[in-house]
Amino acid sequence: MKKNIVQKIGFSFLFLCILVTILFLFAIIYFLGVNGVKVLSWGFFTQSPRDAMTAGGVAPVILGTVYLTLGAVLFALPLGLACAIYLCEYSPKGYIVNIIRISINNLAGVPSVVFGLFGLAIFVKLFGFGVSILSGSLTLGILALPLIISSAQEALTAVPHSLREASLALGATKWQTIKRVVLPAALPGILTGVILSIGRVAGETAPILFTAATFYLKGYPKSVFSEVMALPYHIYALMTEGSHPAQQTAIAYGCSLILLILVLLISGVAIIMRQKQRSQFYG
Amino acid sequence: MRIKEKLYKWIFTILAFASLVFLTGIVIVLFKEALPIFKKVKFLEFVMGRFWYPTYQPPEFGILPLILASFWVSFGAMLVCVPLGVGSALYLNELAGYRQKAVLKPLVEILASIPSIVYGFFGMVVLSPFLQKVFHLPTGLCAFTASLTLGIMATPTVCSIAEDALSYVPRSFREASFAVGANRWQTLTRVVIPAAGSGISTAIILGMSRAIGETMTVLMVAGGAAVIPKSFFEPLRPMTSAIAAEMGEAPMGGDHFHALFAIALVLFLITFIFNIIAELISRRFRLKLGFSG
Repeated sequence: MKKNIVQKIGFSFLFLCILVTILFLFAIIYFLGVNGVKVLSWGFFTQSPRDAMTAGGVAPVILGTVYLTLGAVLFALPLGLACAIYLCEYSPKGYIVNIIRISINNLAGVPSVVFGLFGLAIFVKLFGFGVSILSGSLTLGILALPLIISSAQEALTAVPHSLREASLALGATKWQTIKRVVLPAALPGILTGVILSIGRVAGETAPILFTAATFYLKGYPKSVFSEVMALPYHIYALMTEGSHPAQQTAIAYGCSLILLILVLLISGVAIIMRQKQRSQFYG
Repeated sequence: MRIKEKLYKWIFTILAFASLVFLTGIVIVLFKEALPIFKKVKFLEFVMGRFWYPTYQPPEFGILPLILASFWVSFGAMLVCVPLGVGSALYLNELAGYRQKAVLKPLVEILASIPSIVYGFFGMVVLSPFLQKVFHLPTGLCAFTASLTLGIMATPTVCSIAEDALSYVPRSFREASFAVGANRWQTLTRVVIPAAGSGISTAIILGMSRAIGETMTVLMVAGGAAVIPKSFFEPLRPMTSAIAAEMGEAPMGGDHFHALFAIALVLFLITFIFNIIAELISRRFRLKLGFSG
């Protein structure tokens, strides 16, 4: 019977582990929710910051994050999709594939602040884009690339071989098969990857520290070469700069809550979409 | 027709190398921008130097305190995220029923999707005052708070990779163990965990790599003093937060600027080595369980 007691203790410990993990999730949601909701109002979403960042809303900040995220996805999606198509549909097995796979894995493991330095040296300095939406988007795009590639790859491999064979048997070429059969079938999976990477990119701070973000911008960004305010950087700046900690912390709570809701919505949608897709081809 | 087909194949082949190009680009940039500092300070002196006073006259560029701080804080984070992450993975994969798993797993995934800045903010405004009060600390912004915040953050990473590893363990292993009279706990500790061992170590190494490279959280929570760590309850400045905090002030092209790139190079090499080790272990793991690498 002793072994059953050990089993009970062991199982309770494992349950405790997941309980604590989930508890932290709820603690984060609770504290940000309770404190953040106080500052959220219609004006918070529609006005610009006023009075040295102590009042007003964060409309340009939210818009900045939208610009950066859109730019990053526009850059990373075609590139990532092409890479995934090559790896799943064309690649001759062998060392080339291995090299590509290893570089994707390692790119995914590069610390985000290193991407920031890369963006600073290449886009800001070498290409002369300056601290701008363009530099920030490209930097974030490179960061999102591995994520997009791996989810697109997963979507493409989930398409059954019989579909491809049927198309080829009808006399379609390889490219026609990919364009008219494989891609449409894989589209929902690819979209899930895009949504996930939007969630990731929208919250990244370190890559835009030196490539795009600024604490205060008068009005809205005018072109892709403007500096931009962005939600994650705004939270950081509100907590570390300026001279009105109390008011700034309140606004930072609001920004964090917006970011949190955004990310929760995005990952919720992605999780539901993925669960639907997993059953798509197999009844 | 045939030309078009070939053209497409070539386009995809070329674009597929984008990741390699960017990775090489990162390495080249780091080396190029870091080299000037090594003309003034020897590499060994840079890495082993005990004092980081980049703005003094004359400046001192020794990053040992920063490297040790990174490892110190990440080590603390491991103490949190390894039990929580691996424990959660074991629970999800071995004990949770279908419905429980359908609820718990998405929750862990959501925890993974929360941005690091939100963790940093949470650590700064909620955890740090709380810990300061409970443990009577001189400051709540210290290695301990940073480790705890980082640990929570790395838990879902460790959990999902460990869970993958556990799901690779064939059913027959478990059945064989039950057949000789072991109960579920004995099967778990003596058959499933050893079989998934290298997969679980991969999870731990990748969690460590993520913790070392994490920037915003430590920047906001660790406190920022560039000293060699002696305890968990003092402020520290890990490599990532030194780069993020000082790059804005360092004059472009100056010694300090190049020194920060050199820190990034060291950081990149450390995470690179971790990732390669993880890759090697996980490949062996898949071979061991009979999956082709």
